[in-house]
This record gives sequence, C-alpha cells and structure tokens, in this order.
Amino acid sequence: MERLSGYRGELRRALEAEGIDIGDLISVTSEGFEYQGILMPRSELEDEWHLVLKLESGYNIGIAYKPDETTIKRLEEAEKPHFEPPPPPVSREGMPRVSIISTGGTIASRVDYFSGRVYPAISASDLYSVVPELSEIAVIESDILYSIFSEDLTPEKWTGMARRVAEKISEGVDGVVITHGTDTMGYSAAALSFALQDLPVPVILVGSQRSSDRPSSDAALNLIGVVTTAAEAPFAEVVIGMHMTTSDTDIAFHRGTKVRKCHTSSRWAFRSINTEPLARYSKGEVEMILTDYRRRDQDRRLVLREGFEERVAMVKFHPGFNPEIIDWLVDRGYRGIALEGTGLGHVGQSCFKSVGRAVEEGLIVTMTSQCLWGRVNMKVYRNGILLLRLGVIPMGDMLPETALVKLMWALAQTESREEIIGLLKTDIAHEFSPRTLYSQ
Amino acid sequence: MTLDYRELGLKVGLEVHQELATSHKLFCFCPPRLFREEPEYTFLRRLRPTQSELGEVDPAALFEFQQGKTILYEASRETDCLVEMDEEPPGPLNPEAVDICLAVALMMGSRPVDEIHVMRKTVIDGSNTTGFQRTCVIALGGEILVDGKQIGIEQICLEEDAARKTGESGALSRYRIDRLGIPLIEISTAPVIRSPEEARRVALAIGRVLRATGRVMRGLGSIRQDVNISIREGALIEIKGVQQLELVSKVVEYEVQRQRRLLEIREELHRRGVSKGDLREEFFDITEIFSETKSRVLRSSIKRGGRVYALTLPNFAGLVGREICPGRRLGTEMADRAKFWGRIRGIFHTDELPSYGITAEEVAELRRAVGAGKEDVVVIVSGEPQRCRDALKAVLERAAEAIECVPSETRGPNPDGTTHYMRPRPGAARMYPETDVVPVPITSERLERIRGFLPEMPEEKLSSLRREFNLNRKLAVQLLDSDYLDLFESICRETEVTASVVAVTLTETLKSLRREGVEIEALSEKTLREIFISLHRGLMVKESIPDVLSWLADNPEATALDAIKALGLELLSQEELWEIIRDKVMEREDLARRMGLKAIGPLMGVVMREVRGRARAGEVRSLVERALRELLGP
Repeated sequence: MERLSGYRGELRRALEAEGIDIGDLISVTSEGFEYQGILMPRSELEDEWHLVLKLESGYNIGIAYKPDETTIKRLEEAEKPHFEPPPPPVSREGMPRVSIISTGGTIASRVDYFSGRVYPAISASDLYSVVPELSEIAVIESDILYSIFSEDLTPEKWTGMARRVAEKISEGVDGVVITHGTDTMGYSAAALSFALQDLPVPVILVGSQRSSDRPSSDAALNLIGVVTTAAEAPFAEVVIGMHMTTSDTDIAFHRGTKVRKCHTSSRWAFRSINTEPLARYSKGEVEMILTDYRRRDQDRRLVLREGFEERVAMVKFHPGFNPEIIDWLVDRGYRGIALEGTGLGHVGQSCFKSVGRAVEEGLIVTMTSQCLWGRVNMKVYRNGILLLRLGVIPMGDMLPETALVKLMWALAQTESREEIIGLLKTDIAHEFSPRTLYSQ
Repeated sequence: MTLDYRELGLKVGLEVHQELATSHKLFCFCPPRLFREEPEYTFLRRLRPTQSELGEVDPAALFEFQQGKTILYEASRETDCLVEMDEEPPGPLNPEAVDICLAVALMMGSRPVDEIHVMRKTVIDGSNTTGFQRTCVIALGGEILVDGKQIGIEQICLEEDAARKTGESGALSRYRIDRLGIPLIEISTAPVIRSPEEARRVALAIGRVLRATGRVMRGLGSIRQDVNISIREGALIEIKGVQQLELVSKVVEYEVQRQRRLLEIREELHRRGVSKGDLREEFFDITEIFSETKSRVLRSSIKRGGRVYALTLPNFAGLVGREICPGRRLGTEMADRAKFWGRIRGIFHTDELPSYGITAEEVAELRRAVGAGKEDVVVIVSGEPQRCRDALKAVLERAAEAIECVPSETRGPNPDGTTHYMRPRPGAARMYPETDVVPVPITSERLERIRGFLPEMPEEKLSSLRREFNLNRKLAVQLLDSDYLDLFESICRETEVTASVVAVTLTETLKSLRREGVEIEALSEKTLREIFISLHRGLMVKESIPDVLSWLADNPEATALDAIKALGLELLSQEELWEIIRDKVMEREDLARRMGLKAIGPLMGVVMREVRGRARAGEVRSLVERALRELLGP
C-alpha cells in the first residue's frame, strides 16, 4: 500500500512529522477531546482536511484537522495483516479441467476488515477458498491476462483474449471461463465469437453486478454456474453466463453475438435480444433452451481468426444529427461506419450526401436499428431504398454493438471490399437469423 | 425477594433503537412505510459468509449457509425499489435523518463527528438483502440525567432498519423488505446501569428525549432495546430486540436469575465431581425401544422414517430439569441449541420422564440400553439420523459449557421477559467501509442551525405542559410518554375542546381500549383529529369518544362523522330532547310530586339512560328542571 495513501497537504506533513503511517494506533486531540483509533487510508477524491480513524468499536469517523488546534500522536505501530488461505481441496481423479482467465473486475475477493480493503482472489487456491464448491465441479487452472476496468479494454485486447483461449484449448481443457468487467462484456463476447471459429469446447464470459466482497454478491453463483457449464455443457460456443433473474437460482447463457447489458446495476442485466438464451443452469444442472447449436467435440480443431480494425466508429443517428460527423470520420481515414439508424434502418436525408461520399471513399457503411428488437428492412420506405442505393449494407436483426465488432473484425481479415462485404453478409456465429420470432 | 444487584456485580448497558419519522428512507426515496397486503413480487437469495483477512468465518452463519439456507424476500412497488433489493447502489445519506440525530446528540451533550463515514456491518441472517447493515457514528460521548444519576452515552449511530421476518420453514426464511432502509437512531449507554428498574428508567428517559424531537415513528416495534447484561463470574449476554419498555426490567431480572442458577448448577456439578472428560460423544440408535410407543411425537417421527437417538449426561440427574427461569430449565437451553444446530423440533430428557406418552417401562429400557444409572440423564431426539447427531452434539456442547461457565450468547426475548438462544455472540464487529456512499462532513454552520431549533428537554417540556394547558402532573407525564404529544398540542390550538379531555383521550382512553383488544394502531392522526373537531363543533359528546374510537379502529377508512352516524350518536335537537324529557317526567309524576325539585337527581338518571351519547348532560339537567317546574307549577 502506498505510504499515507490519500493524505495530502498540511495534514500529510503533520502525519509524516510524527512518523505515522496507515494502520498505526494513534491519538488525536482536538478541542479538548481525545480520540484513539487506527489511521485508515483516505480516498483521494475527498478533501485534505480530515483524517479517518477506525475506533475500537470498528466504526470509522472523520476528524477535522486544524493545524493550530489538533495534536496527533502515534501510540503503536501497525500490525501487518496476514492471511493464510485454507489448504486447497484435494482434487479427485477424472474431474474435468476448466481454465479461468482473468481480465479484470473481481469475480472473487476477500475483505480485510482491518483496513476495509478488498483484495481480489485470483489464484486457483484463492478461488477454491472463496467458493469451495468449485472443487467439487472441476480442476481449476487460473491465470491473469489483464487487470483493467472493462471500459478501458481495447479491440487489441480482444485479440489477446482470443489467443489465450486458443492456447488453453490446445492444452486440452474441457472448457474456458473468462472473468470480465460487465460494462463491455457484450462487446468482448461478440469479438470472441468471430475470432474463435470451430470451437471444440464452450468459452464462457462471466462477471458480477454486485461486488464479490458482499455476502449477497451474484459472483459465487455465477462462477459455480459457468464452471459447471464449461465443464459439462453439450455446446461449444462463446456465451455470457450471468443471473437469469433477480433470484439466486438460475444462470442464463446468452450467445456472444446476441447479448446486451440492458440494465445498469441489476443482476439480470444481460439479455438475449431477438432470440432466447442458448441454455440455462438450474439446481446444479445445465439444460439447453435452443436446439440448433454447435456441439462439443474435443477432437475438433479450433480456427483462430484474430485481428480487429480500430478505425471504425459506431454512429447513432438522432433528430438534429450533424452529418459533418460522418465527413470528419471519412477525412480522418476511418475504414468503417456502423450506423445505428431509426426504425427499420433510416437516417435523415440531410445525411445522404455524407453517407454517399463515405462509400465512394471506400468506407464500409452498415445499418442496424436503434430499436434493438426486430430487424432492419430498408425496402419499405423511400429513404431506406435511397440509402441502399448509396451502398449502405443492412445487417438484418443484428445488434448494433455486434455489427460494430463484426465490421472491425471483417476489415482486419482481408483487404478486398468484396470479401469484406461477403463476410459481413455471412452468418458466422448466429449473429443473424433469417426468422424473427415472437418475443415479449 | 429483592436481590442485592450491586453485590452480584450487575452491569447493564442499553442500545435504544428508534425509527425516525423522515419523509423517505435512509438511502433511497421510498416512503418509510410497511405494507399489509400480500407481496406484489418475491425473490430468492442466498447470503454467503465472506472471509475476512484473518480467514475467519462466523461459524453459525457458515453452518446455516451449508444447510442450504435460502431467503424468500417479499416486496411491493409501493414501499421498495432496487436499493432495498440490493439491485442498485444506495443513494446519498438522507440529510433529514442526520439532522434529527444531530439534534438528539446536542440534547445529550454528545460530540458530533466532523465527518460521517458509513460502514457495512456484516449480518447474514437474511434481514439485510446485502448481507450487511449500513451504519455510521454520528456523535460520541454525552450523558443523560436519570433520577439524579449521570448515565454516560457511548455513541449515537444512524443506521438502516432491517427487513422483517415473516416466516420460516425448513431452510427457507421469509423476510419482507418494506422496513429495510427506514432510518434508525441507535443510542448506546455505557455499562453503568446497576439494577433492573434503573434499566427501565434509563430506557424511558432516552425514549423521552427521542420523542421530544417530534421526529420519531410511533407504535409497537418503532422503538427496540438491545440489553447487554453481565454479572460477576457470569457472562456478557446480549438480548436483542426488546420491544416493550415494561419488559426491560423483567428481562434484566430474569437474566440475572438465569445466570445465577446456571452458576449454581455449575457448582453442583463440581461438587459431584463431573468434569468435561466425563462427557462422551456417544450416540445410541434406540429406535427399537419406541417401536410401539404411545408418544405421539416419537411415533409420527418413526412413521416418517426417522430414528430415535440417545445420549447420556453422566451425573446430571436433577440438573437438566432444574428451573433457571420461570418455565425454563437447563433442558430448555439444550433444546434451543438442538433446534438450531440439528433443525429438529425438540428434545426429551429423563429428568422430565416418564411423561409426554413415554412410559416408565420405556424409560427403564432406555437407561438399560445406554447403560445409564439413576444419577445420569439420558437425552433423546428423533428425526433424520444426521440431524439427530447434530442435535445431540449441540446438547453435549451445552452440557460441557454448564460445567465450565455461562456461555456468551446472543439471546432473544420471549413475551414473558425470559429469553431464548439465538446464536453465539459474534466476535468483534466485522465492519468495513461502505464505499458506495461518500463521507458527509458536518459543518459548524449546520450544527449552529440545528442548535437554534433544539426542542425542549423532557423536564422543561413537562413544566410547560402543566403551565400552558393546566394539566396535572400524572396526565402531563403520560402525554410526554405517549406518541401523541404533538397531536395534543395541535388539537388544543385548533379547537376549544378542554385540554384535559384531549389528554385523557390520547393517553388513558387509548391505553384502556388497547387492553380491551381494540387495534388502536389503525387510528390515524387524521382520524383522531376529526373526532376532536366533531366535539368542538358540537356534533357529539365527549362520553361517546371510546365508542367512536373502537368503531373507527374497525373501520379505518371511515370518518368520524361516519362513526357518529353508524353508532346513532348524533345529537338530538332541542325539540326532540324536550319531548323525551317531558314524557319521562310525566311518566314519573308521582315521584316528582313527592320529591319536588329534589327529583332532578333520579329523573336525570332515567333520562340519561335514554339519551346517553346524544345529548350533553348540562342541557339535559336544565330541561329536566324546566319540565319539573312546569309540572309542579309556581
């Protein structure tokens, strides 16, 4: 831990002068009142005039520091917190092997009640000690690929993930689990769906919506559900596994190309759009919901088609949209624009000139709908027909985010415009479906 | 028998919890209300004990989790949002609640902290959807004067109230989340209370200060006391959630009694030379003995495939059945533990047998089967074998504790003031910062503003009540201790109803109605106010108040006017009244002529029986007199 973490200015100097550090037992006297407690770290986002003390009762309080009135003394030096995880359980013969790749976000953690800090539990033995049920399900091999917030992940990292998964699969694991921050998990799932073709085993992304340090966290059940599914499920596709409802009962598995985070905070934030979830985990069992899927076959050879073009933008049309935004992208050398149009797939006529120029300059321009549910149909209204004539490529019932990722991926696979459009129009990982089914 | 509590080294500390009457909950904008209807939706959750840095897990919590403990939460959109469901981070700390706590702190001379830090206190019994209770220290130190003695205040906290338990069956507990998040102030005294009666008085005094703010909830359950009790050589026992003030002294009294009797049992065991080494974890399957039993409990358990297991407690004879509190024995304590750890219905022990359909022959056979002598106690349980073993293990553990000490426990109150085992006392509070709520600095401007509006302290309030409304001391004290002080004052300002009538109604009348079983909680402030307005407008008489109140408690949606109409308590017109009185007087002409004007008394009685509740007594009297004079002539 950084020395005097979060303390700044005069207060920090006063603490330094007394040789005090976080965790020390100190005495603070202010206006004739003496407080005793342990100095706690302070958030750097808070002001520099309060020190945080943990009282004997376990409560933290903030005490104002007034240079001329407050005296601070050290009473005892900090004790180093120590933690010895319980011995890992003995793994039984013949259990499936599951690889857990961590990319950031903490699916499992321990709380240090002394300092209030939360430590991620990442190693296999950490995971076993926090979620002991895992040892009954599979032999876990865990490794850390990244430690970043999901909103800081870039397309380059998708390639990194795809490569690591390919490595693990070549080592013969029965399934791969990727722990991931939830914010951009849908994008990563789509990217892996295109990059990992002919998968022999399931690849499951998982996260948690309630931090894993709290007893009510969804993380443990998510983890148990996805590890069981990675080890046993009959399918071999890229999916996201998260709570199906607000209850701690079922885990839904959504196809990586058809899934979206639809709620900012709830456990059931992930939803399959324009389809049902592929499978569900309930009461210890995995059950398929869809019947058309790629089956597990550990002899099948994975085809890794990595690479994502980053000069691609998703552009959402709205009333008052300034078409110069499109011009700017063209001028900056962008190679693709994934339009998110209105209704059946429209942008206003004011954009037509810019869209036409983009296509002429060699950009690939695709169209999905901001309605999310349903498919684009650009042959119904005049504006749609005109956009098609300008060279816009309709993406059927594909999600806008999936269309963006697919466009990035397709542009990195080949230089040929024909081939790129061919890839875009080919169903690779169930991102399209020809039929729109009734859903509520 | 009065005990010398000082001699026993009694130390009591109180934690008084009171719900605050804010416009919304502590961390969200839901109204602080409960719902009575069926839940609009439910959801299932499990709470997983988290590990601390020291690798510690609360053993009771871990046990319950491993047993598959699941919680069914009941919710309604009217009172709950995603915050209570733990589906959304909490909003900022409700400033209104902080202000009330600061006012209480200033009234008790407690020193507000400079910056409030909200903490998470781990609680995984299901009463909090998050698995922790959000709580924060608002002020430290202070004191309250009770009968001339300074009682030190240790700290004043603000916390969220928990969900309320609505049921339990097997591994499933039901909780309703409407109460979750209602702001609670917690006032902890130092352990300086020395007698049961003093404990009651301190609780009362703290309650009075809280009510003086005029910003606290009313009704049963809105104030709850946790009582921490220890005696010399005994143990610190935490009794959680005593709801009635009257019970506080009883709880202390019985707890002292319980600890003393347990210490006596310990002494007796030592005298008999029993040591922990004599207790052996040896459980006997003795189902065969009871294959033809008349005991309904055992018979139905065996019929369902259960087994009967026994355990010997050597040299315990007479002690397991010894009473330690009214109706509770060492055996009851063992049964409490067996129920918790073994999830069984209860235990039988030979100190109370033969009984419950178990015959002397069966007991003799039982003793033979386990090799127990007259000086030993045999405990039996029935049910699924693993549960039987868990239960007997818990009994054995409790027996071992009986040899050593009074076990430190968290206990819950029974309606009579005795207590039952809830769980082992948790170690140091497992708290860590609530990082979703930013710290709140308390500025000196804020404190000055609150200081400017501090309510009167209860003693001052008492004298101003007596002065301003001309109430006697008893009535004034009752008002002060009631939930209706503010309502009283506003009714007295708004109507011309005599203050003592309002005061008696809001205290004695309501109290006696509650004793008669009337659900007075159903009476809203609005309804009570309407009654006095009707009185003020001459639409009813004060004698009708109890009837009107009872009717309205049964018909909470109706108005006072509806009640008056339904009960036939509308006042008679002067003509109607005159007719009734003249007829009555004429009917008793003999009496009138015999007694002259002295007949007013008996005639009043006759008339009032007829018109009670429909006419004012004064008016009846003057009309009776007029009728008499007319009859008797000049």
